[in-house]
Amino acid sequence: MNDLYLIWKNLFRKPLRTVLLIVSIFIAFLIFGLLVGVNVALNRATETGSASNRMVVANKINFTEPLPIAYLNRVSAIPGVIGTTHQSWFGAFFRDSAQSRFVGFAVEPESYTAIFADQIKLGPGEREAFIRERTGVIVGRSLANQYGWQVGQTLPISSDIYFRPDGSRSWDMKVVGIFDGAKPTDPTNALYFNYDYLNETRPFGRDTVGTITVLTASPDINDQVAKAIDATFANSPFETSTVDEKTFSRAFLKQAGDLNFIITMVVAAAFAAILMIVGTTLVSAVRERTKEIGVMKTLGFPGHRVLRMVLGESLLLSGLGGLLGLGVAAVALNGLSRSPIGETFGALSMTAPVAAAGMGLALLLGLVTGLAPALSALRMNIIDALGRR
Amino acid sequence: MTDFIRLTDVCKSYTRGKESISIFDRLNLVIPKGDFVAIMGPSGSGKTTLLNLLGGTDRCDSGQISFDGERIEGYSEGQLTAWRARNVGFIFQFYNLMPILTAAQNVELPLLLTSLSAQRRKENVLTALKIVELADRARHKPKELSGGQQQRVAIARAIVSDPKLLLCDEPTGDLDRSTANDILSTLQLLNRELGKTIIMVTHDPEAARFATRTLHLDKGQFVEVTT
Repeated sequence: MNDLYLIWKNLFRKPLRTVLLIVSIFIAFLIFGLLVGVNVALNRATETGSASNRMVVANKINFTEPLPIAYLNRVSAIPGVIGTTHQSWFGAFFRDSAQSRFVGFAVEPESYTAIFADQIKLGPGEREAFIRERTGVIVGRSLANQYGWQVGQTLPISSDIYFRPDGSRSWDMKVVGIFDGAKPTDPTNALYFNYDYLNETRPFGRDTVGTITVLTASPDINDQVAKAIDATFANSPFETSTVDEKTFSRAFLKQAGDLNFIITMVVAAAFAAILMIVGTTLVSAVRERTKEIGVMKTLGFPGHRVLRMVLGESLLLSGLGGLLGLGVAAVALNGLSRSPIGETFGALSMTAPVAAAGMGLALLLGLVTGLAPALSALRMNIIDALGRR
Repeated sequence: MTDFIRLTDVCKSYTRGKESISIFDRLNLVIPKGDFVAIMGPSGSGKTTLLNLLGGTDRCDSGQISFDGERIEGYSEGQLTAWRARNVGFIFQFYNLMPILTAAQNVELPLLLTSLSAQRRKENVLTALKIVELADRARHKPKELSGGQQQRVAIARAIVSDPKLLLCDEPTGDLDRSTANDILSTLQLLNRELGKTIIMVTHDPEAARFATRTLHLDKGQFVEVTT
């Protein structure tokens, strides 16, 4: 027998109460692990998918508003710009819109695959086929795996934005290539098809694009180029806002709200509730043992050792709950990363810093909830504890 | 027998609200080594307070308390705690065993304060349980033992670290006559065979007969000594 054994026995003297406390702590850490894990993945996705000399030109009103395709040539002529391409959100889905939405862009094949060569890896001849075939489409590996698509197959890809002159929303596209990401974290849950194919067959929005991507000669001249682009189109019907790709990705995420703030608030609320529940339960648990603590002190257990044991209980309790919560969150994130939802976020996983922060939080929770009962045990007077007066 | 415990002019009072209640006013007491003393007296006479002072769980306001030549009244909280662990075994009326631990683990508790190895602790626990004739109940939890058996476990816990002094507060107050006599016989044995000095507070004259002498306490002073 040692102090750890006594801590364990005391903690589980009322097993149901302890299990319920562990479950409540587990839930708080599960929420923490999942939300922070997703947030980290989202932030990482904006970092990894960005090149430092790539910039995005969008409509100043909002990136969902179009830009004339004629801007492309004018942007290309601005000093410092060494490459341009464009992309237009298609609102793609397959078979059933509610179930099978995915990322789909109409692009200019040659320039797009050149400028995003660091993210889109195609097999031999696939890029050429994409450039050549008007109805060609290249599909990301995970999207292709999800639907079992193969090269050579013709797919009816629908849009929830556009329709054809005959009223149909479906475009037949031939898979000419399946691309992988250059890095494992690059998302491959998208498809890209020929802009001309869309532009020729849509009844509205012709000769407009969603955003223009610009490659600058050096990241050092990004600001200068951005100012020049925006100045070029100032006071026009389609004013522009040019930012680097990383900033654009962050702004895109912010459309869903300030995720950092929301996550912080949810996690804080969960922990505040747990703090109250665990704190008050531990205080009453130690109060129930007043006599036993008095006996231990009578036998010669010093106050600091009793304090350490009570703190040990709260640390063990929150440690167990935290470890379980973070463990299950890690498994869940891993499972999610293999699902279509997970693909949207890039690589979802419990990173070492998140796990370390979680365990740090568990330690803090244990200390905070255990402090009051531990101090009361430390200060407990033997005479009062045993009622010996 | 040599002087073992000496109380000289000990004063002790408690404050209850704004009122100060004097328990002892210049109390003197000498207990020789190896004595078995019963302390009797009406409620409020100061029996338990005396036990608290002797066991170092309470402090006197003034006066001297010496234990085997060692003055303890000026000790700090930490020094008193360490002194208690080394020198005093406590036996309570309601046993005060840890319900989550087995009999053997309860007995082992004071040994966690020593530097003995686990094996040595185990041996000492077994010896103590054999002395109180409960070796066969070592793995039982307190709730699985009778009142008398629980008090025997408490006695084993009190003697396991081989203290010089045993302080017993109504050790048979919760037991029937027959079981009480068994417990008192065990205390007598510890006194005679192992030379333990025992101070026992009791209301029961039958229990007091097991001691070598009885001190009668009333209103904070010893009024009679019977042997």
